[in-house]
Amino acid sequence: MKVNEYDVAVIGAGVTGSAIARYLARYELKTVVLEKEEDVSSGTTKANSGIVHAGFDAAPGSMMAKMNVKGCAMIKELSKTLDFPYRNNGSMVLCFDEAEIPNLKALYERGITNGVKELKLLTGDEARAMEPAISDAVVAALWAPTAGIVCPFSLCIALAENAADNGVEFKFLTEVENIEKTAEGFRISTNNGEITANTVVNAAGVYADKIHNMVSADKLTITPRRGEYVLMDKEVGDLVSATIFQLPGKLGKGVLVTPTAHGNLLVGPNAQDLDDKEDTETTQAGMDDIKKRALLSVPGVPYNKMITSFAGLRAHEARHDFILGEVSDCEGFFDAAGIESPGLTSAPAIGEYMADMIAEKLSAKQKENFNPERKGFIEVAKLPREERARLIKERPEYGRIVCRCENISEGEILDAINRTLGARSLDGVKRRVRQGMGRCQAGFCTPRTMELLARELKIPMTEVRKNRPGSELLKG
Amino acid sequence: MEIRELTCIRCPIGCQLTVTVDGDNVRVEGNNCPRGAEYGAKEVTNPTRTVTSSVRVEGGELPLVSVKTATDIPKDKIFAVMEEIRALTVKAPVHTGDVLIRGVAGTDSDIVATKTVLYTKP
Amino acid sequence: MDRHDLIIIGGGPAGLAAALSARENGIEDILILERDVRLGGILNQCIHNGFGLHTFKEELTGPEYAERYAKRVIEAGIPYKLNTICADISPDREVTYVNAEEGCVTVKAGAVILAMGCRERPRGALGLPGFRQAGVYTAGTAQRLMNIEGYLVGKEVVILGSGDIGLIMARRMTLEGAKVKVVAELMPYSGGLKRNIVQCLDDFNIPLRLSHTVTRVHGKERVEGVTISEVGADRRPIPGTEEFYSCDTLLLSCGLLPENELSKSAGVRLSRVTGGAEVNESLETSVPGVFSCGNVLHVHDLVDYVSEEASRAGKNAAAFIKAGGMRERGRVITLKGEGGVRYTVPQTIDPKNMEDKLTVRFRVGDVYKGKSLAVYYNGVEVRRVRKRVMAPGEMEELVITRASIPEDTDEIIIRVED
Repeated sequence: MKVNEYDVAVIGAGVTGSAIARYLARYELKTVVLEKEEDVSSGTTKANSGIVHAGFDAAPGSMMAKMNVKGCAMIKELSKTLDFPYRNNGSMVLCFDEAEIPNLKALYERGITNGVKELKLLTGDEARAMEPAISDAVVAALWAPTAGIVCPFSLCIALAENAADNGVEFKFLTEVENIEKTAEGFRISTNNGEITANTVVNAAGVYADKIHNMVSADKLTITPRRGEYVLMDKEVGDLVSATIFQLPGKLGKGVLVTPTAHGNLLVGPNAQDLDDKEDTETTQAGMDDIKKRALLSVPGVPYNKMITSFAGLRAHEARHDFILGEVSDCEGFFDAAGIESPGLTSAPAIGEYMADMIAEKLSAKQKENFNPERKGFIEVAKLPREERARLIKERPEYGRIVCRCENISEGEILDAINRTLGARSLDGVKRRVRQGMGRCQAGFCTPRTMELLARELKIPMTEVRKNRPGSELLKG
Repeated sequence: MEIRELTCIRCPIGCQLTVTVDGDNVRVEGNNCPRGAEYGAKEVTNPTRTVTSSVRVEGGELPLVSVKTATDIPKDKIFAVMEEIRALTVKAPVHTGDVLIRGVAGTDSDIVATKTVLYTKP
Repeated sequence: MDRHDLIIIGGGPAGLAAALSARENGIEDILILERDVRLGGILNQCIHNGFGLHTFKEELTGPEYAERYAKRVIEAGIPYKLNTICADISPDREVTYVNAEEGCVTVKAGAVILAMGCRERPRGALGLPGFRQAGVYTAGTAQRLMNIEGYLVGKEVVILGSGDIGLIMARRMTLEGAKVKVVAELMPYSGGLKRNIVQCLDDFNIPLRLSHTVTRVHGKERVEGVTISEVGADRRPIPGTEEFYSCDTLLLSCGLLPENELSKSAGVRLSRVTGGAEVNESLETSVPGVFSCGNVLHVHDLVDYVSEEASRAGKNAAAFIKAGGMRERGRVITLKGEGGVRYTVPQTIDPKNMEDKLTVRFRVGDVYKGKSLAVYYNGVEVRRVRKRVMAPGEMEELVITRASIPEDTDEIIIRVED
């Protein structure tokens, strides 16, 4: 089977595809990742809650339950080897009605069955003692200390960078148009040329049905389920310490209130099934709705400190479980589909599981020189004084602050552009080093960052983009 | 006879003026002070404006130097003035007050620099 | 650790005027920290005219106004550092700054003047629904790209908010060949100066739609249009009033916010109304020896008032330094705005440290025609000033004389009354 260019073609460079690529990189395999957007982490991964779920929510015995509990532990470890922001802050499910306490207990039991450690049921007062900002109406709560928060793009970028550093190739702006099963493997037609591979992994998020259906008669339907969020300033990021959920009940699934891994306060999401797989538009009604519902949990959410709102799409499949494995009617084609919450938490577990499965299929050997470690981006403002001074002396660009709200220097922006799988757009820089993520939302630093992108990428200013082609920032 | 409704901008009060032009005869109503009458009459007979913009600089520490018309120009010349400004490129250094265009767009006003842009530091 | 008598954070109009005034009042050892490539702050990108009518009795452009002050600062030999960002101010006035040449440096200050200016309210804070597409800019960002870098952010433009920068940019973009289709303003009145409405909108037949807001931003990659709706008295959109405007750019001019993150690190108490520090008659904040002036204290309408206020801050900081950092404080009179007066600066007065005349500045919360400003000392009306018109977009002022304040006064209130 060596006639093909690649052993494995992974479709999609979101957190699932990047995780699969990273774990495939441990094997002697020639792997390529095909991504239709201009960067990793551009679909579902870029807009979600960033929660590392403990694992009490998924149905016992499901793939979701297995991957979630395993992924939760893996992310904690990976945050050290791959150096991305993670906090083990724990999560709390609030119950507002005595009559629903049995449901809370059922959740607790399910967690125990799933293998979640350290779960504890709390009274309303015990919960309030831990989280003083939560509502007086809380009568009981489920405390899950193993839960955490992670920066979703940092996780995805870390996985992808580590994969690339270990030899995985990434092709961006490469949209798969057709997949043909050949005698030797697969011929993949894209808007960026043809690729042949022995095996294909479908990690295409909301488009996983489209990719799957190119080769299988057993059709799949993925529904994009939109969730809207509002994000508050870091100034109020410590309003709650744990991630605060609401017990699903009469009022629906509930919205969460959580600190983020970078210290902002996040509220959301709602859930709305759509037809359009690109519809990440926020709506007034949606934002009003989540803001109102979040107040049930935390009555004092300071919406006047809101700095942005956004929406993301979950890749929902009707059976509500992860579809992980070789497609029955197409040998060599693997699905990692239906990856919705807890997909982010599960990503490393899914990556390892899928990679091992494919390696076995291809009888691949472990790579001897695999480097599991990756250094995160330098955060100059967080360095100890002497180290910061030494760094600036060595490279003065670390002393030129571009983004004032997040204290990001020119040096850090150059790092974002110039290292492995570097940023190609304003959003790419933002997701790597948080330029423009602060309270002014890039008002001051946009012009300078655009100049740096133009200079480093050797393109005219008029070609500098916000993200994908068509999002050029200037008109002349 | 022509009747125009204007907002006086001579002070923050912003009186709503009704200006009637009948041949050489101009009547201003709605003003609360003589400055309003003067403003209304000028606006309908000979409105003028200061135009500000910027001009490209070669070899400067900044890519642009800001400029203005040294005196007000007739309002209907604004776009003609802009066209001449846009066509211009100057060489650094430029100092505040330097005349960059004499008698812009057939007016007797000059385009002058309003910023100092020195050579790029080597 | 190096020490300076006075460190001024920001080399814009406030910082420069404060430095000059401190020098005139005998302070030799001054350091200005400026984050940009030249002195003058945001004035360098405000290339339009209309500055300096009060200060210089002539109409200048922003860069000219800035240069006059910058020149005087340079001639006076006052040291300043460009491309230098202040990273932290501690409550005991240790100032940490960062730049490429020196790295990260902490210096001790005898007194600090906060003059960091303000920033624009961004899209996110407005909660505008829609995709996160390219083509939505705050007016000031578009202004910088156009006037400093020479780039046009769009060709067909809608502007939300009728603040002055938005109005100025409506004209500026029109002059550069863009089509500005409409300016929508949520409030039933404009937040900008009348003169700008006339010369920036009326001159070019750009419609101003009061009581209107953007309810949807269309386009996935780049703005393709916006929906504008009328709002009711509650400022919520009225269903059925939606109108679509095709455009490639949306500019936001929806308010300015004093930039006080550093002030917070110094422990300065902030006003919930202005977003700036609470100050006493000397423009001194709740942290002794830390003064505040200009747009970081409260957003001004005219730069002339910024300069005047900053001069006072410089003078008072000089007095503080000369007194060895210890000034005797007398009793505190609270100064408050009520009934239409949104706030006052200063918020407290110590008659002992007050000059003979004190200018109190404030803004009103609505448009008032033919109303009066009434001043009460301990509930007793002492003055009443009739005003033809007052509007939120324009700052008001009243002068309070020390002689007029009776010994037992502990509260002064300014109200809008009939």
